[in-house]
Amino acid sequence: MNTLDWLILLGTMLGIAAYGVWGTREDHSLNSYLKGNHNTGWITIGLSVMATQASTITYLSLPGQAYENGMAFIQNYFGLPLALIIVCAVFLPIYRKLGVYTAYEYLGRRFDTKTRLLGAALFLLQRGVQAGITIYAPAIILSTVLGWRLDLTIIFTGLLVVIYTVTGGSAAVNLTQKWQMAVIFFGMLTAFVVLLAKLPGDALPIAGAMGKLQAVDFTPDLKQRYTIWSGILGGLFLSLSYFGTDQSQVQRYIGGAALREGRLGLMFNALFKIPMQFLIVMLGAMLFVFYQFQPDTPVFFNQTEWKQYAQGPQGAAFHRIEQKYAAIQSDKQEKIRAWVTARNHGDATAEAAARTAMTEAQKTSNAVRQEARDALRSVDPKAQTKDSDYVFITFILTELPHGVIGLLIAVMFASALSSKAGELNALGTTSTIDLWRYFRPLAAHDEARNVRNAKWFTALWGIFAIGFALFVSIAENLIEALNIVASIFYPALLGVFVVAFFLKKVRGPAVFWAAVSAQVLVLAIFFAGKVYPSHEIGYLWLNPIGVAACVAFSLALQCVVRRNAPGT
Amino acid sequence: MKPPQAEPPDELPRVPGFRTWPGIYLFVFVCFVVVVALLAFFSRYFA
Repeated sequence: MNTLDWLILLGTMLGIAAYGVWGTREDHSLNSYLKGNHNTGWITIGLSVMATQASTITYLSLPGQAYENGMAFIQNYFGLPLALIIVCAVFLPIYRKLGVYTAYEYLGRRFDTKTRLLGAALFLLQRGVQAGITIYAPAIILSTVLGWRLDLTIIFTGLLVVIYTVTGGSAAVNLTQKWQMAVIFFGMLTAFVVLLAKLPGDALPIAGAMGKLQAVDFTPDLKQRYTIWSGILGGLFLSLSYFGTDQSQVQRYIGGAALREGRLGLMFNALFKIPMQFLIVMLGAMLFVFYQFQPDTPVFFNQTEWKQYAQGPQGAAFHRIEQKYAAIQSDKQEKIRAWVTARNHGDATAEAAARTAMTEAQKTSNAVRQEARDALRSVDPKAQTKDSDYVFITFILTELPHGVIGLLIAVMFASALSSKAGELNALGTTSTIDLWRYFRPLAAHDEARNVRNAKWFTALWGIFAIGFALFVSIAENLIEALNIVASIFYPALLGVFVVAFFLKKVRGPAVFWAAVSAQVLVLAIFFAGKVYPSHEIGYLWLNPIGVAACVAFSLALQCVVRRNAPGT
Repeated sequence: MKPPQAEPPDELPRVPGFRTWPGIYLFVFVCFVVVVALLAFFSRYFA
């Protein structure tokens, strides 16, 4: 990065944060601090919902995921439009009608206090952990490739978001997220255009023949992580949990000028989320094609880590792997070109033979990449051997012109700040409304004290997230790690809301113990899959299983309670 | 607690071409089906 990149990066980041503080300097009521301004329109709400969901991990990790495994991950979003329609039709009108600050307040009114506290606790637990991952994920990657200190990167980004979120509350979050999304759209589009200019003419057929464009998989296999079935059913429940019961999202759309604004904001996401994710995974698939034709494609994309070990005592083994990979890449290039020629000539027999040769070369190439990972692990068992998160950032730093590099790094930080701000805002709100006001009911009517406490809680959660990020270490691909954590803790929570909305006869005690039992069941299935990998199911299936268990247990327990009740 | 009521009738979408919210939901659903169908076709075409 040169001076121009730094100017663009710091100007964008500090400018948007300062604008958020300045734009909300005069409004300090509890309502605007927790719900945002009354005049917020649907575009701001729609962009705010999108910005909260799409963190840096989306822009950094998803292209790498597509580079490695193709476009199948996009099926994860198939349930999202359906979930948003349900949220618009059922959840949002109820939240607006009751005038609640948090989704869990509704549980308190519908059931009882302990169910409300359980809902708030499940949210705080999983969102608190995710807030740490959200801040850790971009920091580990950016600090590694840019040579920055990891702890300082975490602390700087963490404190910046804490300052404007604490100062301006929900209104500042909405205001800054709109501009951060503008930076993200512009930056990602620029990267895509630059990449397209560098690709060969047959990029799409090549990516397709190498298995990178399989966006939809109809295989009815529970063990397969991403299929259309797990995407629609599991994704529906995951998205319903996230958009309907997660305060970081609920807080984005319950404010606004009218119910209409929230609904249109959500419908905006229902329409554009899958096309947007498609462009991001397509970027990853195109990166794959791009790196097939580069003479110096790295065998391991986290080059900082690779070089660190390659310069050590076992450097010779690492250099042998590099040379082997370069030779295989060169051979693969020839085979790809042979396939393209056969395809263009319309020679079906030659094309089939060339395709087989090309696929074999890809398998050999993958085997050498695995050898590289094994070599890293043999030198240091704790070495990070997942390098897919480093693919896009490597392209940004080595292939884009100066100025655009600064813009793309700004995209990464803007997305980190925007999703983090939404999370901290929600954590602070839930802690204030569902916990502090419950334990200090006499102080609940003092509005100024409520705002002051919401600020303190937001700051405390920010510090917790920074602390978590400083000590965490994640082995999974980062975007999968987020979804796995969500799939473990969301189902029981969504189950409680489903019972609340649709099963009017079920009361608090039954749903409370049903939710606890469903949570235990989901944890048991998840860990059983880890102990017995041959029986592990795709994590998206935990969502419908957990919700179904919570609903079934609620009905069963309610029957037992009614039967044992005196006078029945 | 009273059961939640439906959306008040005066809350119209005020979106050109749509008179009711169910109409908008149906439009979004049809768009979703078209997008998934296009993706399935895309996958098959480039397989």
